Amino acid sequence: MAADERTTGSAGLAIGSGSRLTRVCVRGVLLLGVLISLFPFYWLVVMASGTTQDIYQYPPKLVPGPHLLDNMRRVLDTVDFFGSLLNTVVAAVLGTALVLFFDSLAAFAFAKYEFPAKKLLFGALLATYMIPAQLSLVPQFVTMAEFGWAGSLKALIIPGAANAFGIFWMRQYAQNSLPDELLDAGRIDGAGFFRLYWQVAMPLFRPALAFLGIFTFISIWNDYIWPLVVMIDPDKVTLQVALANLNVLYNTDYSLVMAGALMSVIPLIIVFLLGARHFLRDLAAGATKM
Amino acid sequence: MTTVADPADAGAPAADRAERADGRGSRAKAPGGRRRHVGPLLAISPFYVLFAVFGAFPVVFSLYLSFQDWDGIGDMRFVGLKQYGWLLEDSVFWHSVLNTFEIWFLSTVPMLFLALVLAFLLHSQVRFTGAYRVAYFIPNVTSMVAMTVVFGSVFAQTGLANSALRLVGVDGVGWLSSEWGIKSSLSIMIIWRWVGYNALIFLAGLQAIPTEHFEAARVDGANSWQTLFRVVLPQLRPVVLFAAVTSTINGLQIFTESQVLFQSTDVGTTGGPGQEGMTIVLYLWQKAFKDHQFGYGAAMGWLLFAIIAVFTLINWRLVSGSDREDRGGIRSLLRRKGARNGR
Repeated sequence: MAADERTTGSAGLAIGSGSRLTRVCVRGVLLLGVLISLFPFYWLVVMASGTTQDIYQYPPKLVPGPHLLDNMRRVLDTVDFFGSLLNTVVAAVLGTALVLFFDSLAAFAFAKYEFPAKKLLFGALLATYMIPAQLSLVPQFVTMAEFGWAGSLKALIIPGAANAFGIFWMRQYAQNSLPDELLDAGRIDGAGFFRLYWQVAMPLFRPALAFLGIFTFISIWNDYIWPLVVMIDPDKVTLQVALANLNVLYNTDYSLVMAGALMSVIPLIIVFLLGARHFLRDLAAGATKM
Repeated sequence: MTTVADPADAGAPAADRAERADGRGSRAKAPGGRRRHVGPLLAISPFYVLFAVFGAFPVVFSLYLSFQDWDGIGDMRFVGLKQYGWLLEDSVFWHSVLNTFEIWFLSTVPMLFLALVLAFLLHSQVRFTGAYRVAYFIPNVTSMVAMTVVFGSVFAQTGLANSALRLVGVDGVGWLSSEWGIKSSLSIMIIWRWVGYNALIFLAGLQAIPTEHFEAARVDGANSWQTLFRVVLPQLRPVVLFAAVTSTINGLQIFTESQVLFQSTDVGTTGGPGQEGMTIVLYLWQKAFKDHQFGYGAAMGWLLFAIIAVFTLINWRLVSGSDREDRGGIRSLLRRKGARNGR
């Protein structure tokens, strides 16, 4: 990565303006932190490419072995990897699309329109954000069972298709970055609410949608307790549940389990790395604004 | 269309008043008056419909369920407050509450401290900042199940952690079998996952502090520590509050790490040896979905909710307590406490 020459406010912070020795120490600590952050991934690759004996011998083997493809093939033979991958992808893609649509639509209305009981409705929306998810784990499952949705991907997609966090966050963005003049111009051309949303607001929402999209996609992909509870058909589970099952059933065959873990992690890391730059900037901005 | 229905009308509140004053009789005369609101109301409705069905109804239903004895299949039997009574006498439940708090404390305190240190160090850097951010954030976006599997093997009796310790002459730490081993390994996993996330949040807070404040401190002859405690930390308070509240809400709902970790060990019991890794949500899940005691699970959900609400409030007070008095939070906290006791 190219050296970033921009000057920040850091010049004023005493820590950065110390001696050469201090600067070297700071960089050393930061690099150590990076190593600790990334080491488990490296270790995952080492274990997924070795044999189970390699993992538990003393001293342990610290470099990747030659068995990666072999172990991955055994995963495919043991569990329905592509089936659960497909379930996860479908739930994450559809769930994210619905969240982006419903949240931005509601945010547009809250940011740019007046309607009866608006303050009250928005207050209620924020209040729902305070309810912890696990409070209603049991009745949510019972509701799904009553609907006949237990074991269906609908249970992973529909209940979370519009959420308070996304609406709140998109509304902040809409208020700051969607000029009223643009909407007025659209109105003079005779555009109604939904045309203004789709043709004027949506293109301007794109950066905010990118963040909310990545955030939602990652949350659905990684969710564990809800699919564990609600996907009652053992042949139709998400990747996380499949991996946990593999871990229980083959707990003596570590290289197999690790290859499965590696395969479940890779697609998401790719998604994250593709959008990391925008994502991290927006995440930090959102947290400091709250 | 009347003038009220003019979509370009900016004086919407005035229009509202006019509409209300006209009363119902005017609807026939000005049909567009209310139709004007149809678009926005339709736009916000999906959230409220979904919340009513999948959020509000289950919350009410869970209160109803917590007064019943139900295995999920047969008939419900009304038992009043007995589920709560049984819960209060259930030693496993209290053990899980204690475990959850111990793990929460062991993970959150070092995590927020390390995140603050990292944020300061990152703030002093001008090169490779993007790469640092990505590296520090990656643990947070990777699947908890996969990484728990990895940590599970690292902390196994003959795993990497003990191999490394053997090099320095420490033998066979029971990471997954002793009381504090279990709590430490769970805490380490949580710290690893959340330090980077919180460091980036703190970093954003640091970058929002105007440079002039640092210059003013330097002109006044403040040293590094004084700058830190008098300038930086007070300005960071809202961000620290955000991080503390989030960590409390998340920390008290630990589930995945413990569930995955101890499902795979030979001991096989939920919560691990001696149930030292049994957390509140894990016990809730076990009672409701393994033992099919739905009423008991629902009651536990409500107690968890109460615990989280109380602790979020305490956190809020602790961190935002010293708003006006810049002499430190403890004294103001004591003063508040005294005032409340006096009442």
